[in-house]
Amino acid sequence: MTQAFPTPPRAEERKVLGHPVPRIEDRPLVTGHGLYAGDVSFPHQLHMRVVRSSHAHARLIAVDIAAARAHPGVVAVWTADDIAGLPPIDFRDPSAMALKPYRQPVLARGRVRYVGDPVAAVFAEDPYVAEDAAELVEVSVEPLPPLTDAHELGEFDEGRISEPTVIRHSFGDIDAAFANAHVVIELELTCGRHSGVPMETRGAIGRYDAARGVLELHGAAKVPHRNKETLVRMLERSPHDIHLFEGHTGGGFGIRGELYPEDVLVLLAAERLGRPVKWIEDRREHLIAANHSRHQHHCVRAAADAEGRLLGIADEFFHDQGAYVRTHGARVVGRTMSMLTGPYKVGAYRAVGRFRLTNKTPAATYRAPGRYEGTFVRERLMDAIAQRLGIDRTELRRRNLIPGAEMPFTVAFDEPGAEGLILDSGDFPALFAKALAHFKWSEVEAEVERRRAAGEAVGTGIAPFVEESGRGPTDGARISVDTDGTVEVVTGGASVGQGFATAMAQICAEALGVNYAGVRVVHGRTDRIAHGIGAHAARATVMTGGAVNETALALRAKALQYASELLQTPPEALDIADGVVRRRGGGPSITLGEIAARVKPGAELLHGRAPGLSAEAWFHADHTVFPYGVALAIVRVDRDTGQTTVERLMIAYEVGRAVNPMMLAGQLVGGAIQGVGGALFEEFTYDANGEPLSVSFADYLMPTLREAPPVDVLIAEDFPSPRNPLGLKGGGEGGINAIGAVIAGAIDDALGMPGAVRQLPVTPQRLREIVRRATA
Amino acid sequence: MTEKIDITLNINGRDHAIRVEPRKTLVDAIRDDCGQTGTHIGCEHGICGACTVIVDDQAVRSCLMFAVQAQGKKIRTVEGLAQGDTLHPLQAAFIKHHGLQCGFCTPGFLMLAVNALEREPDIGDEALLDLLSSNLCRCTGYQNIIVAVRAAAAEMRRAGARA
Repeated sequence: MTQAFPTPPRAEERKVLGHPVPRIEDRPLVTGHGLYAGDVSFPHQLHMRVVRSSHAHARLIAVDIAAARAHPGVVAVWTADDIAGLPPIDFRDPSAMALKPYRQPVLARGRVRYVGDPVAAVFAEDPYVAEDAAELVEVSVEPLPPLTDAHELGEFDEGRISEPTVIRHSFGDIDAAFANAHVVIELELTCGRHSGVPMETRGAIGRYDAARGVLELHGAAKVPHRNKETLVRMLERSPHDIHLFEGHTGGGFGIRGELYPEDVLVLLAAERLGRPVKWIEDRREHLIAANHSRHQHHCVRAAADAEGRLLGIADEFFHDQGAYVRTHGARVVGRTMSMLTGPYKVGAYRAVGRFRLTNKTPAATYRAPGRYEGTFVRERLMDAIAQRLGIDRTELRRRNLIPGAEMPFTVAFDEPGAEGLILDSGDFPALFAKALAHFKWSEVEAEVERRRAAGEAVGTGIAPFVEESGRGPTDGARISVDTDGTVEVVTGGASVGQGFATAMAQICAEALGVNYAGVRVVHGRTDRIAHGIGAHAARATVMTGGAVNETALALRAKALQYASELLQTPPEALDIADGVVRRRGGGPSITLGEIAARVKPGAELLHGRAPGLSAEAWFHADHTVFPYGVALAIVRVDRDTGQTTVERLMIAYEVGRAVNPMMLAGQLVGGAIQGVGGALFEEFTYDANGEPLSVSFADYLMPTLREAPPVDVLIAEDFPSPRNPLGLKGGGEGGINAIGAVIAGAIDDALGMPGAVRQLPVTPQRLREIVRRATA
Repeated sequence: MTEKIDITLNINGRDHAIRVEPRKTLVDAIRDDCGQTGTHIGCEHGICGACTVIVDDQAVRSCLMFAVQAQGKKIRTVEGLAQGDTLHPLQAAFIKHHGLQCGFCTPGFLMLAVNALEREPDIGDEALLDLLSSNLCRCTGYQNIIVAVRAAAAEMRRAGARA
């Protein structure tokens, strides 16, 4: 039985939780005192340069390292033979056995499978020298035909096809749904290959502490504790022998902080070569070696009745995974399918996800994985049904949204092991109405009509969506107060730049009764706490925040008990504010620091109790929490140049309770602009030989300020999640979820050509092609 | 390997005597040889602007310049903006208006904006948008960066009028 927590108070009734307070992270970051991976250096360190395949697919004949090894300043050059016993990069979570043969080796063996595949590693005294020497490594290959289209099946290895698995999700009677349909819509839709592309490239610094026999990996991010577990398995070490350290992280977005071959190489080299080893990725490497994402081709059909109600959705899609299966296994395919029906009530559903390998950079999660793609597909269907039946776009969606009275709403799949959803709380139609009113939809539509009459190609789009966050099962925290009153919160969370420390400090401060600005938050360090979930899938605030809240409450009770004994006052009569315990209504007081000093080891007050003013507690969650929202857009297109200008975006988002509305708005706006990138500009393209064509910021185009429209954010706190005591729903991924969908809809509307957009990104070339075909 | 040469870089008013290869970029020298790691490297091909520093009153991309070319010039980096504990108005505005998330691009944006506002305190909004479009940020969506820079520009104009 799932526990249902009572409704938590709103921000007005709280001191710091829920308030838009400044971030505690910022001061070092604006003064140049951050500690990003590139800023980590150790005495006598070596520098690693990775030699990468320049062929998309080839048999590896020989790797000649003699010239590189002889180059002055070079200490070692490794190929696959030097790490022969090392297993491939493992999956984080248990994955299907069928996927295992498709994992990526740390250095290529037998074949190279994408341009960028690591073939050798050079270790040298200086990074410039390492790069010089890498040029001297001669890689002999016998080219094989590259597979560049996920529609085609090829072979990964002798006797092993390029489709490691096919995943199916279904419910209801899909054949009956189509047999009874008033209309059937059929679409082919493609979401382009793009990715998170954080401003800081990856970096890893390995260090071996021979005195203690401990391997250290610095520059960790996202999931340091989980990556430690993987490294312990791969290197067959004791968990006490490996530690990961996260400093500042220059953006994550899902792709940074996964375990990659380079992380394993610096660790192993640090131990074998007896010197710290530093590797900093350059931008070209990043664009061809770090995880890509999103590339899917959907063949989708929808059955609707005469009123436009969804009777069934049948989807078969090809997921272009690239060359190997990385740490997530096939998770993005699964999430695409389980979340595809989103906020709508659908009678029957059948999805088939074909997980296909190609000779391109391997893919994995990018912010709102599977949802950006799935929402694009679903909302393209909704626009098409509205058009076919002559029903207003907003009315059609309203008719299909799951009614508030049916929440919590369960989506269960027939297939054993397919994880269903329990949409925990909310009212989709209510937020939909609120969003339209806030956007002033009717006025905007009238204005758009007026501008169209004057000859402009302007249009609007709308797309509701569902997000997921706070996946359990559990997370813990430890909080201690020092004798000077300093509060330290130790978490197994991670900060990818989202304001994690501030959010945890606010939660701790509210529960304990201290000033948030003085709270120190530890994250991303496996040597400080044994367990940690990191920062992914919008889990940090819900799960780690839940743990910090539990811990702070336990510590508060402890402090009140000691204060009660010291002040000869019942604990119920005491309160804690700004780190001082006081009798309510006046009277004696004592600071938390003073209490800490009175409970040091051996203190008289303890009477056998454990010393120290500290506490440790856990938060458990059985179920994922589902935030939801609505995206709206106004775009203008230029039929001659093919350029699309996004004039305005709006995100309405139900978050339960916001920890810090300023930071939440920052997440939503930033996510939305990343979404604009994937909708209009960003694409990893390849030529027919599998040669990557987007290898610099001159080819891979990300939005600048000029392409970033104003984003209006409406944060709703109408339905706190009953799944956690603070009522939180995650906020990291809501901004980006529906942006591809909503811009596609708005471009159709601007062109007056329903269904015109079938592929993201809508580059000027593609838009001109749409216009050309229509006028031909 | 090429012969190293002795040069002196003046960063934020302090001389750093270093020995570098002529091919060493200015940003690598600032970071690795002078230990000023506040200036970041985002692309090494002059597009993202994370490495923006001020050299003799010009905002430049320090990845596109060799260290030897900066000999004898005055280099300013993010570490030189605050006066003791007092933040530069732009730094304070970035914090107040949430103009940063991960903070990696922030030093570049700060130096770009500081240089522009010092050269042209009354810079028009269109010119400011053009200027700030020359650097990349992946977290904020730029909205709060432009708010912060406008606020700091107004603050600096007021302070200038008082002076």
